[in-house]
Amino acid sequence: MSVKWVELTVLLILFTLVTVLGFVASRWRRTASLEHLDEWGLGGRNFGSWITWFLIGGDLYTAYTFVAVPALIYGAGAAGFFAVPYTIVVYPIVFLVAPRLWSVSHRHGYVTPADFVRGRHGSPSLALVIAITGIIATMPYIALQLVGIQAVLKATGIGGEWPIVIAFAVLAAYTYQSGLRAPALIAFVKDSLIYLVVIAAIIYVPIKLHGWGKIFAAADTKFAASKGLGDGTLLASSQQLGYSTLALGSALALFLYPHSVTGVLAARNRSVIKRNMAALPAYSLVLGLIALLGYAAIAAGIKPIVTNGKADANTVIPLLYDSLFPSWFAGIAFAAIAIGALVPAAIMSIAAANLFTRNIYKEYLRRDASPADEARVSKLASLVVKAGAVVVILLLDPQFSIDLQLIGGVIILQTLPAMVLGLYTRWFHRWALLAGWLVGMLAGIWMLWLTPAVNVGTGQRIRPHWGGAQFALSHWGFDTRVTIYAGIVAVVLNLLVAAILTPFFRGSPAGEDATREDDYHADAGAAGVKPLPAEAGIG
Amino acid sequence: MTVDPAPSRPERRTTGGWNWLLVVPLIGTLIPAFYNKADPRLFGIPFFYWYQLLWIPIAVSTTLVVFRATRGGGR
Repeated sequence: MSVKWVELTVLLILFTLVTVLGFVASRWRRTASLEHLDEWGLGGRNFGSWITWFLIGGDLYTAYTFVAVPALIYGAGAAGFFAVPYTIVVYPIVFLVAPRLWSVSHRHGYVTPADFVRGRHGSPSLALVIAITGIIATMPYIALQLVGIQAVLKATGIGGEWPIVIAFAVLAAYTYQSGLRAPALIAFVKDSLIYLVVIAAIIYVPIKLHGWGKIFAAADTKFAASKGLGDGTLLASSQQLGYSTLALGSALALFLYPHSVTGVLAARNRSVIKRNMAALPAYSLVLGLIALLGYAAIAAGIKPIVTNGKADANTVIPLLYDSLFPSWFAGIAFAAIAIGALVPAAIMSIAAANLFTRNIYKEYLRRDASPADEARVSKLASLVVKAGAVVVILLLDPQFSIDLQLIGGVIILQTLPAMVLGLYTRWFHRWALLAGWLVGMLAGIWMLWLTPAVNVGTGQRIRPHWGGAQFALSHWGFDTRVTIYAGIVAVVLNLLVAAILTPFFRGSPAGEDATREDDYHADAGAAGVKPLPAEAGIG
Repeated sequence: MTVDPAPSRPERRTTGGWNWLLVVPLIGTLIPAFYNKADPRLFGIPFFYWYQLLWIPIAVSTTLVVFRATRGGGR
């Protein structure tokens, strides 16, 4: 297809704007040298409510979410709407947990989730396992951001791989230079654009397509004509358990991801976090509305772009914008998605780099590393992480990244006992937690391997393995079509093993706890917590 | 934003049961049997969808209530 120059020009202008912002960010709100992990990797640990809202919003609601969720609705219907309950229930849960993590991390200078696990359970091995799990879960997530950019580029008629390499090289350069301040500043632009294009679509699209009644009728017609059983504008009764366990499991996993923890630890105080847990659902509303655009794409007769014989469902939202809106506005929508990929990719690479630096480099390679060394190693590691993501996308089938990200969600959940329960209790023995983690990992990966990919429209098997995270209960001998989210099953096994084995390990010494009870409640200004800078700017 | 008037004072440890309010959105959204139906529709949108979207403002409200009720120091 031919290149759409208007869309491409708008996209390039906005991309250039955020690139400038990315480099300027190194001087933004700066109180000290960037040669310290607190500065480069956590933006000075001093972000107020607004910045945190944009940062975490830009971090969690990725470009991939904004193209993949409507694509799922477009293909399968109601099952794709799990993203809404998922992003509703996550915040009340995190409201309870995150302030405790913030407090203990500020008092002890923890930068990564694994730092906390090391201090709390007195076990560098458990921390190493948590760090590696985090890095493995994050890498394909970064690669997926490239899939989001690819979908937009395909819709503008740009093929080939060089634009992605350039986009990521630019991203890598300003992240290296500015650290977490770059995505924090760019997130303002990303989110403003996202809100703009979504609000416009939600007003204009139903008018153009003669109302939501017509849109849903078109979707019903499409799903009724297909032979598969997994699609429809309502859930089949066999899908309900899978729907709710996927929503709950994804919610539990979300704030275990290193990049979410980075966003939380960069906040100035506990109230900033709590206030944000009330304000972040605004993004869920946007996500829910974009999800419904998947049905609008059906009603508008959008067909995904086919390359090499494979239809890329992720292109339906870009194509919907292109077919219903003027070219320049479609360009803004494309930019929103593309920039939306850069923010989380930057934060994820910073989080993965911090894990490497703190829990592998400093722990095992150079114990006497100074804060400046840490910052230097983290900056280099962030380059390596991004280069790795680009290589993965270029050399391997994008499907591989999607599969890996699916596995990532299941395996990151296995850090829940050591992390979240660790914030409340030291009852669990460190070795029992390690055993639970191992069992959860193996069980989760085994269940994903057993799950075939099935075309929801035709009911045909596409691939025998890694086909999704919905594990069929029929594997356990139940005569049913009911499925359950594999991550939930794995983490329950993980918890059971940790609980059952803990009494048996009581004979061997428990790790030393570096934290005290009141560490979990300390707020900014309390003893041992970095004092509030006198006038740190607007919140 | 304003800095809490007494930032050094730890938050109240006992939350007076307010935290239970945080469970409400979980019950409201995680049991699809409650809402897996098409009618009543709103602006042509099936119940399944607008019901779940409606829980976004409800969840915001419950979280805000708990935030206001449990924070120490200020209001």
